[in-house]
Amino acid sequence: MSNPRIHLALRMGDNSLILSQQNSKWCGHAPTLEEDIALANVSLDLMGHAQMWLEFAAEVEDEGRNADTLAFFRDTEEFRNSLLVERPNVDFATTLMRQYLFDAWHLEQLLLLSQSSDTLVAEISQKALVEVRYHRERSQSLVIRLGDGTIDSHNRMQEALNALWSYFGSFFEDSKDDEMLFDLQTSPMPSSLYPRVLEQLNQDSVLSTLKIPESEFWQKGAVQGHHTENLGYILAEMQYLQRTYPNSKW
Amino acid sequence: MANELPLWEVFIRGQHGTAHRHVGSLHATDAEMAMNNARDVYTRRNEGLSIWVVPSSEIVASIPSKKGPLFDPSKDKIYRHPSFYNIPVEVKKI
Repeated sequence: MSNPRIHLALRMGDNSLILSQQNSKWCGHAPTLEEDIALANVSLDLMGHAQMWLEFAAEVEDEGRNADTLAFFRDTEEFRNSLLVERPNVDFATTLMRQYLFDAWHLEQLLLLSQSSDTLVAEISQKALVEVRYHRERSQSLVIRLGDGTIDSHNRMQEALNALWSYFGSFFEDSKDDEMLFDLQTSPMPSSLYPRVLEQLNQDSVLSTLKIPESEFWQKGAVQGHHTENLGYILAEMQYLQRTYPNSKW
Repeated sequence: MANELPLWEVFIRGQHGTAHRHVGSLHATDAEMAMNNARDVYTRRNEGLSIWVVPSSEIVASIPSKKGPLFDPSKDKIYRHPSFYNIPVEVKKI
């Protein structure tokens, strides 16, 4: 796992995989039928992206693994997703805010990756972009509506934003692999995206009336595989079947 | 039900040249949200080329109890159906 391309593919794939798993728990439970279906759609889109990135990682690694084995047979410290996506669902406000912050980062990241000198990275990103543009539009419009909605909806969205904020910085944490990828013009430095994403959030906040926290104290460590305890619970549920009955198929 | 969002009717055109068809309804606060929800709920399987959303409250419907005066007069006017002509074989569909 020393090739920096694997680092990038895991970072992208694991973010999509974990968020997809988390969102899918809402299936049949969302507050309205429309949101239920929309969230499930987003989950499926992200699962598709995860599959492309993890397949790419497995190919570069060339040790006989594939997207499934990477998803189901790695432990927490081998995952490279950000700390934000592994935060618990809590309620619909938290889930939506988590999606909104993720989408804001994801869109900027894919826009840059689609210009990558690495053709495979560029192709996967361009494919994902079609769906992610819509994800961003959808979570953005919902956050604006609920932020600028009732006093109750505003407070819930603001509380969710405050609670998630310190984990958001996890997307912008640099590593040695990122420096190598940057030199090869494969991907941007993660930290360089922060001002761009923050500008987007600030623009939205004019309409949503939500206050973007000023703190830049970030929870760190995800790029080295240091995760919050919740990832363990997510993986236990997600990997249970394959770990108990290895290689079982539908 | 006081907390429910306004109802919208959704019309989708499946192919070029065909008409928009009513496919169902959904809840949304405004047109933009209705359009997004329509996309998510009704075009998941590549059904659509175009979507119309209309507030249900804007639709004027005929009143069921008045269906006699509205529709009965046309019942006995069979000559309004184009069924008294021989259709040339060259015309495959009408």
